[in-house]
Amino acid sequence: MVSAGLSVTGLAVRFTIPGAQVVAVNGVSFQITPGECLALVGESGCGKSVLAAALLGFLPANAEVAGAALLGGGEQPPIELLTASDQMLARTVRGRRIGLIPQSPAAHLTPVRTARSQLEETVRTHHPRETRPRAAAERVAARAGLRPADLDRYPHELSGGMAQRVATALALVGDPWLLIADEPTSGLDRPLLDALLDELRRLADERRAVLLITHDLAAARRVADRIAVMYAGRFVELGAAADVLASPRHPYTRGLVDALPDRAFTAIPGQPPLLTGLPAGCEFRPRCGRVIPDCHRRPALTDLGRTHAVACHRPCPTP
Amino acid sequence: MSHALTARDLVAGYDRRHPVIREVTLELRAGETLALAGPSGSGKSTLARVLSLLHSPFAGAVWLNGHQISGYRYRAPRELRIRVGVVFQQPRLSADPRMTLRQAIGEPLAAARARDAPTRIEQLADLVGLTADLLGRRPHEVSDGQLQRACLARALALEPDYLICDEMTTMLDASTAAALVAVIRDYQRQKTAGVLAISHDTVLLNRWADRTVHLSATGQLRPD
Repeated sequence: MVSAGLSVTGLAVRFTIPGAQVVAVNGVSFQITPGECLALVGESGCGKSVLAAALLGFLPANAEVAGAALLGGGEQPPIELLTASDQMLARTVRGRRIGLIPQSPAAHLTPVRTARSQLEETVRTHHPRETRPRAAAERVAARAGLRPADLDRYPHELSGGMAQRVATALALVGDPWLLIADEPTSGLDRPLLDALLDELRRLADERRAVLLITHDLAAARRVADRIAVMYAGRFVELGAAADVLASPRHPYTRGLVDALPDRAFTAIPGQPPLLTGLPAGCEFRPRCGRVIPDCHRRPALTDLGRTHAVACHRPCPTP
Repeated sequence: MSHALTARDLVAGYDRRHPVIREVTLELRAGETLALAGPSGSGKSTLARVLSLLHSPFAGAVWLNGHQISGYRYRAPRELRIRVGVVFQQPRLSADPRMTLRQAIGEPLAAARARDAPTRIEQLADLVGLTADLLGRRPHEVSDGQLQRACLARALALEPDYLICDEMTTMLDASTAAALVAVIRDYQRQKTAGVLAISHDTVLLNRWADRTVHLSATGQLRPD
């Protein structure tokens, strides 16, 4: 059994809304070992953020979760995230075992208090015996690339990149085993983006498990060890980052890579399916140019080699 | 009459003593795609707001198809204002959360007392790749990509001569980004529209635009 890192098996999330069931995550399994960064890519609405919310216990009341998600590290026994009570998650998981770097960090900071005050409060909460919270806050801020003077600013005085670093510092205070970065790159310009990605890489290299959720394939290529491609709630391709992007085997991954402006710059035809009415068989079939009769049966994620798996009856040839 | 959207010696910002853009002169000609690049905080979005007549400059002037603009926002004459369409970075912030996508796309048509608005809304939705079943939904019931499609449909509703795309694709996956750029290119060919493409992504701009200008960190313009 894997005791360190994150081990997810058969994770499924369904929402019940009046008159319909929404299948947002549909039987997803993966592991992230300490020191590894897994990037989760896919179109908006494919279930990436719901997956992260499920791990943190942030799902709304109408959600129904199945599967298992074990998080381990250090000396203590692993925690089963999906069955843990909300009290348990609040006391021992969020901010402590799992750090979240949110999308639009400026919106997550309290506008009427300085970055320092928010960071010190988090230090006092997580380390009540810390006698010098101010110094501890500055230490963790320095690791996120902030100078002490930056901390005396209010959120509206921070640039997008600095707000991002404050959010990163807040996520690091509890020294988490797992860091989840949910679309952290939106709206950053190239130098800030590169700095953030280098930071995530460094955090992974410090023996943390990192889950990067992004729609930005270039960002995933730069920082991730492995890439999982999600479509309509399932993993359709999972493998070493270089392999998945250089020789995508699932027609959907191929379509995403070809859509990049330095490639063909053409969109995948059609639209992602509504999660209330998934087609039978392969969910990508209505948009796929490689359909064969077998595609009426849903393909399982199957190993192509030691480090590459694809859920397709007729994978693209390697170039 | 010249067919161009022109900025002359524009100085603009939010504090007269510290303008964000300084002495900017540029011309967006009918039918061309001009890329505007520059680091965070260089004033790209401020320039976009002035060119779309949403923000009044401190000095200098904007000329639209040979008319000098003398008022901005509601003071700009309607017939000039509707010549410029805008798509912003964050569809969640641009779309009114109370409106269905159908209402959002139809609002400019209603304001212009357009005939056949229901048909036009369906044509526009089809143009940007929104299926009819999404038109009855509100912003929180659709994805970022679907909402940005609706924002583009709304910007094109009154067939503007110029379209300003301020980081339009930043929140979008590669496929949706490519799809929206293709929609804009088709529209541009049909109407000989001028497009100002603003982005951090130089790979995207090189692929999309005919020429590029850069705003420096001090708010000054230099050619590619």
